[in-house]
Amino acid sequence: MAEKILEILDLDGVNRALTRIAHEILEKNQGVDDLLLIGIRTGGAYLATQLQKRISEIEGTEPPLGIIDVTMYRDDLGSRRDLMIGQTEIHVPVTGKKVVLVDDVLYTGRTIRAALEAVIALGRPENIQLAILLDRGHRELPIRPDYIGRNIPTAKNEQIKVDFDAQNIPQAVHLLRN
Amino acid sequence: MKTLIKNGRVIDPANKIDAACDVLIEDGVIQEVATNISVTADEIIDATGLLVAPGLVDIHTHMRDPGFEYKEDIISGTRAAAAGGVTSLTCMPNTNPVNDSCAVTQYIINKAKQQGSANIYPIASISKGMKGEILAEMGDLKEAGCVGFSDDGIPVTHGELLRRAFEYADTFSMPIVTHSEDLSITGSGCMHEGDVATELGLQGIPWVAEDAGTAREIMLAEFTGGRLHVCHVSTKGSVDLIRHAKARGVRVSCEATPHHFTLTDEAVRGYNTNAKMSPPLRSQDHVDAVRAGLADGTIDAIATDHAPHHYDEKNVEFPVAMNGIVGLESLLPLSLRLVADGLLGLNSLISLLTVQPATIMGIDRGTLSVGAVADIVLIDLEREWTYTAESLHSKSKNSPFLGWEMKGAAVKTLLAGKVVFER
Amino acid sequence: MSFNPKHILGIKNLTADEINFILTTAESFKEINTRQIKKVPTLRGKTVINLFYEASTRTRTSFEIAGKRLSADTINITAASSSVVKGESLEDTARNIEAMRPDIIVMRHSASGACDYLAQRLHCSVINAGDGTHEHPSQALLDAFTIRQHKGHLKGLTVTIAGDVAHSRVVRSNIYCLNKLGAKVRVTGPRTMLPVGIEKLGCEVYYNLDEAITDADCIMMLRIQHERQGKTLIPSLREYSRFFALNEDNLKLAKKDAIVMHPGPVNRGVELSSSVADGPQNVILDQVENGVAIRMALLYLVAGGEKLQVN
Repeated sequence: MAEKILEILDLDGVNRALTRIAHEILEKNQGVDDLLLIGIRTGGAYLATQLQKRISEIEGTEPPLGIIDVTMYRDDLGSRRDLMIGQTEIHVPVTGKKVVLVDDVLYTGRTIRAALEAVIALGRPENIQLAILLDRGHRELPIRPDYIGRNIPTAKNEQIKVDFDAQNIPQAVHLLRN
Repeated sequence: MKTLIKNGRVIDPANKIDAACDVLIEDGVIQEVATNISVTADEIIDATGLLVAPGLVDIHTHMRDPGFEYKEDIISGTRAAAAGGVTSLTCMPNTNPVNDSCAVTQYIINKAKQQGSANIYPIASISKGMKGEILAEMGDLKEAGCVGFSDDGIPVTHGELLRRAFEYADTFSMPIVTHSEDLSITGSGCMHEGDVATELGLQGIPWVAEDAGTAREIMLAEFTGGRLHVCHVSTKGSVDLIRHAKARGVRVSCEATPHHFTLTDEAVRGYNTNAKMSPPLRSQDHVDAVRAGLADGTIDAIATDHAPHHYDEKNVEFPVAMNGIVGLESLLPLSLRLVADGLLGLNSLISLLTVQPATIMGIDRGTLSVGAVADIVLIDLEREWTYTAESLHSKSKNSPFLGWEMKGAAVKTLLAGKVVFER
Repeated sequence: MSFNPKHILGIKNLTADEINFILTTAESFKEINTRQIKKVPTLRGKTVINLFYEASTRTRTSFEIAGKRLSADTINITAASSSVVKGESLEDTARNIEAMRPDIIVMRHSASGACDYLAQRLHCSVINAGDGTHEHPSQALLDAFTIRQHKGHLKGLTVTIAGDVAHSRVVRSNIYCLNKLGAKVRVTGPRTMLPVGIEKLGCEVYYNLDEAITDADCIMMLRIQHERQGKTLIPSLREYSRFFALNEDNLKLAKKDAIVMHPGPVNRGVELSSSVADGPQNVILDQVENGVAIRMALLYLVAGGEKLQVN
């Protein structure tokens, strides 16, 4: 059993990080035109919902939101115990969009690689950006986030866990050690 | 040359003997069966703790020789017989060429005499080539040494031909031996029609196919006054038909196989081709009826239907696998289970395995009478062993009993006073 | 839960949870079939061989499309009808194919038990695409998936299966599947087409079509193959259709919102009137569409499971 050893972000910390990222996204993209938020199942999807809400509050316009399941695009089918596969729900065309991929923790980069492939399989976006709540390092692929909530150096035997409440609203981020 | 078997329990149903006594053999012939025989013998066999019985007589086997020696031949087949305590056997004519001639009959008898470990009494075909068209030369075949006539797995469908066969064979006091089945009812079935077949999605063979064949053959025997022996009865209907026919004096006898009184169609699960045979393994109600037939004397003999098949002929999809299993080496322990189950006394069982089948086929074996040829088996009733492919002497290993724990075994088999098998 | 089957040989040995897991997995794959680019890289580098000893354009095509949409390399082999005719045993054929290192063999064979036979002898995964008159698991799963799509659930539904039950692999798999998911199954047909003891698999037996479909939620009509199943079972197709075909009139006996299914190909005018086959209650093409998603799910689950055995 992994044990919690450190609280990295508390509720206020999470909220401040999300609000800042929302502002950064708007600033970089000069508004919500052609913006498409895509959350990666499951944590990323919850965070993307929060970003959508904040952007809407700031800008008065709600950017479209999609959810993507990257299991079909993973490079480690077969070494995974859990074969559960989720649905992809993106109800707007991705072609020509400025896609912001959202995930909770960035680690090796393999999930993001799978997500990039999954998005491109659906069409040709104008560009793809990456928003991450926690970057814990140890990249195995040349992937760099555009928006970061917090950088936290970790050891490989540690885990980062984002806690969500029953309404899937993020509450805190913890460092866990096996 | 004198051989003395001492200290055994002798069971000889023909002479109603079941006693601790000795058996004296001189030059291959039984001289005396008595307590404490004191004589100077050349060889003394100590049978302490063992059963001494007439060598078993199996009136239904397939030696596959000539023609299918890759499955079995007379040397390997009779070796398997000796290992199973069987000293005399009949063999069915579905060889290549078919045994419908003196030449084939004599080939079989001579090869068994010269190189075999058991006596063989061939059963010749009813019709030439088993084609169901013209009668085989039954008079000649009897002279050559055949003991009965059968087209076995290819039942004679032509009604008049079968009628004439009963009449003509009876001219020579010979029985007609039938695999009773109406193949037009069987159709493309490959296992007993019932719950298991339905679940496995295999085409069924309904019990009525056997009953209809048995009924027809009984009627023809009754009409002609000829003698009928029904092979491997496996249905309640067959047993009932034969029971009633006997009661009204029809000259009919029948046999049952160990697999039909031991296993049900459940053995087919997993598409086990070693549980595929004809007639098929039946449901429990039929198995119970066969066992009841053994207990009340309706069934006259236990026979194996020893049917060796090559591994490749069984290692196929179930519907195309060959029918049949080897049985000579499981005959004795499976039959002894009937005694353990309380269905039969030991004397009755030995009778079903010796003098009764011998009488059906007119074979002068199966007894320990003074003057009889000394074909004897020594049985260890308590011996426990595992029935494995490696333990078999037959060339083929097709059996649903592989891996079974057996109790009871032939430990010494004597053919005309000479030990042909020992374990 | 996790479910990593090495083989998919039949429904009989699956649990309700496992069946639901397959259906849920198929939901995720169904979305791919509606995309413009209908391909995901999930099974890239996997080789799937469709070994068909019986012609079955529909099932083979469905498995082939499923494999290709998952980026597997899919190869079709149409083999002679039986090992006896061909002179090469099924085991030898299979071992030769296995020597080329496929990951999955999808087999259709005329002998019941042939897929079990293969699975016992090979190291790669085996998916049963129909063995004799035994099982046809992917068909039963796509049927359950289709019913769930239209009814939302299966629990408590009454499903009537009509036709040549004796010679149908679809029926056995469907009886198991529907029972496990809580539906009630009725089977009907002339007595010659109802095998002894079928009720023990979990169904009620009717000799009368009208009674069998009364208040049913779902009716599955089976294809009558007069030429193949022997001419002793029914006197003529004409008479069969008089007593056992589903038409506009008798369909009214079923629930108003009942759906009509058929594993295909349909014999119009024999077991199904054209008005019903094309009518608003038919979901036959949904079955075909869902078949691809179900088979994608099976290939995906088996491919993942197979590898796990090695690790």
